[in-house]
Amino acid sequence: MPELRNFTLNFGPQHPAAHGVLRMVLELDGEVVVRADPHIGLLHRATEKLAETRTWIQSVPYMDRLDYMSMMCNEHAYCMAIERLLQIEVPIRAQYIRVMFDEITRILNHLLWVGCHGLDVGAMTMVLYAFREREDLVDAYEAVSGARMHAAYYRPGGVYRDLPDRMSQYQESKWKSAAQIRPFNEARSGSLLDFLDDFASRFPKLLDEYETLLTDNRIWKQRLVDVGIVTPERALQRGFSGPMLRGSGIAWDLRKKQPYEVYDRLDFDIPVGVTGDSYDRYLVRMEEMRQSNRILKQCIDWLRQNPGPVMSDNHKVAPPDREAMKSNMEELIHHFKLCTEGIHVPEGEVYSAVEHPKGEFGVYLVSDGANKPYRLKIRAPGYVHLSAMNEMARGHMLADVVTIIGSQDIVFGEIDR
Amino acid sequence: MSATLEALSQNLQEHLGDRLKSIKVALGEVTIEVAVADYLHVMQTLRDEPQLAFDELIDLCGVDYSTYGHEPGKGPRFAAVTHLLSVATNRRLRVRCFAAADDFPAVPSVTAIWNSADWFEREAFDLYGIVFPGHEDLRRILTDYGFIGHPFRKDFPISGYVEMRYDPEQQRVIYQPVTIEPREITPRIVREATYGDTDNA
Repeated sequence: MPELRNFTLNFGPQHPAAHGVLRMVLELDGEVVVRADPHIGLLHRATEKLAETRTWIQSVPYMDRLDYMSMMCNEHAYCMAIERLLQIEVPIRAQYIRVMFDEITRILNHLLWVGCHGLDVGAMTMVLYAFREREDLVDAYEAVSGARMHAAYYRPGGVYRDLPDRMSQYQESKWKSAAQIRPFNEARSGSLLDFLDDFASRFPKLLDEYETLLTDNRIWKQRLVDVGIVTPERALQRGFSGPMLRGSGIAWDLRKKQPYEVYDRLDFDIPVGVTGDSYDRYLVRMEEMRQSNRILKQCIDWLRQNPGPVMSDNHKVAPPDREAMKSNMEELIHHFKLCTEGIHVPEGEVYSAVEHPKGEFGVYLVSDGANKPYRLKIRAPGYVHLSAMNEMARGHMLADVVTIIGSQDIVFGEIDR
Repeated sequence: MSATLEALSQNLQEHLGDRLKSIKVALGEVTIEVAVADYLHVMQTLRDEPQLAFDELIDLCGVDYSTYGHEPGKGPRFAAVTHLLSVATNRRLRVRCFAAADDFPAVPSVTAIWNSADWFEREAFDLYGIVFPGHEDLRRILTDYGFIGHPFRKDFPISGYVEMRYDPEQQRVIYQPVTIEPREITPRIVREATYGDTDNA
């Protein structure tokens, strides 16, 4: 009888289910995974080293490009770290705007996740529905920042500008008549808040639609239930956070446990899984979207009633407005110093973490008092989750590896940094 | 200082005693510094002592202090900085451990205490060249296969040493010395603490 040997398979880096540039060396015994060794770094851009050579504010757009599926949450952690080092207060309206866009980002991220996870596992329809709703939310991104993905909207001291009073509208063209365009523009006739309000009232129904498509679907359950089980003890050992930790039954959410901005004033619940398998993580994320929608509604109501500044008036940190800058010598000097030299952040170190859609996204900043960070360390949730790949995939079939990658919700922008 | 931070630093002093080189509370965070020799023992205590119960290692990273502040080059160069989280008691802690030697920095591995340290230590090794004795699989992780040097060290240029391109004559991808000029648009400036203050003018 010939000698039997394990089979080594290269999964990725050009595999559509590898969610980017993951190269995984799988050692297979038949179709069962014996060892999974992820090779990462194919998208490494040394963001942290680049940040050391740029002023504090110049690094904000780099944050968008980390987890390019939840852009504003990355900026949030970075800006919050600088604000804590500077010990400045962010105006309350800016805090509400940040929370609102954090939750929009969470919905954006989870929609993309459920769509792509569906694609990986064989549910082709889901991605089309998910992208339909994402369109509205990236329009909200565009309305405040001008960019549909890489917003650079949060700044140290607040947000770049207040919410716009009007939404951009579809135009008549030779392909679409005015009558065809009218229904598209209905929700866009008011302000951004009206547009989001319309979305928030539609969204729970749409979520129900997704759930009828997937939650009790026999094929979906066959692919997800009992795949990649992580016990609560192992989840803590492996440093899990976010939906991965909650899926394993630990009710840990930074928005509740260590509230930042105005999360302590908002009413929402934390979904928790039971078995810690991929299916529980799916349920947790679906419920998180409902909760995000609740928060979104509360923020809209508050923002409608409470106008105010959205940027700190400390001009050593935040630039003065253009009008003041052009008529006032003092403001002109502030503007000049900020744009040529940048913020000076006092010596110290700080770790600030936000509840990112994927888990705990942390920024560790060391400042030696210069106009550039001395050391920036980005704690990406996906990096930690992927490091548990070997443990989660061992003993599963090759096809389950795809499910596990999907349920980890990894994005290579943040893992490789 | 808030009551919880006060309680935490008291607990730390009680359980770690003279194994603490320093303890600092700033910006709502507690930072302790320990010697390499005590590092593993301290970490074990931090996890297992019920009053401390730091059950999760959130982050571990290397830091190169060689150009820090006004007087660079004072004190040891490399440190491993760990961020711990206690899910049970809802507290955070930062532990810093300076490596004893600058030319061969080594800090014991904590992978046996928290498995999540695995890739973090590989990253610190890759980017800073800090060695973690006790780590079972200390390979490079983020840089290219066959990369030479430790790119996050302060003496490593931001443009690197080599660049990669496709060579049509040899019909393969080749490495060559970098052709881009280093440039700095905004210089790095460390001002004195009172710079720009209007009160004492």
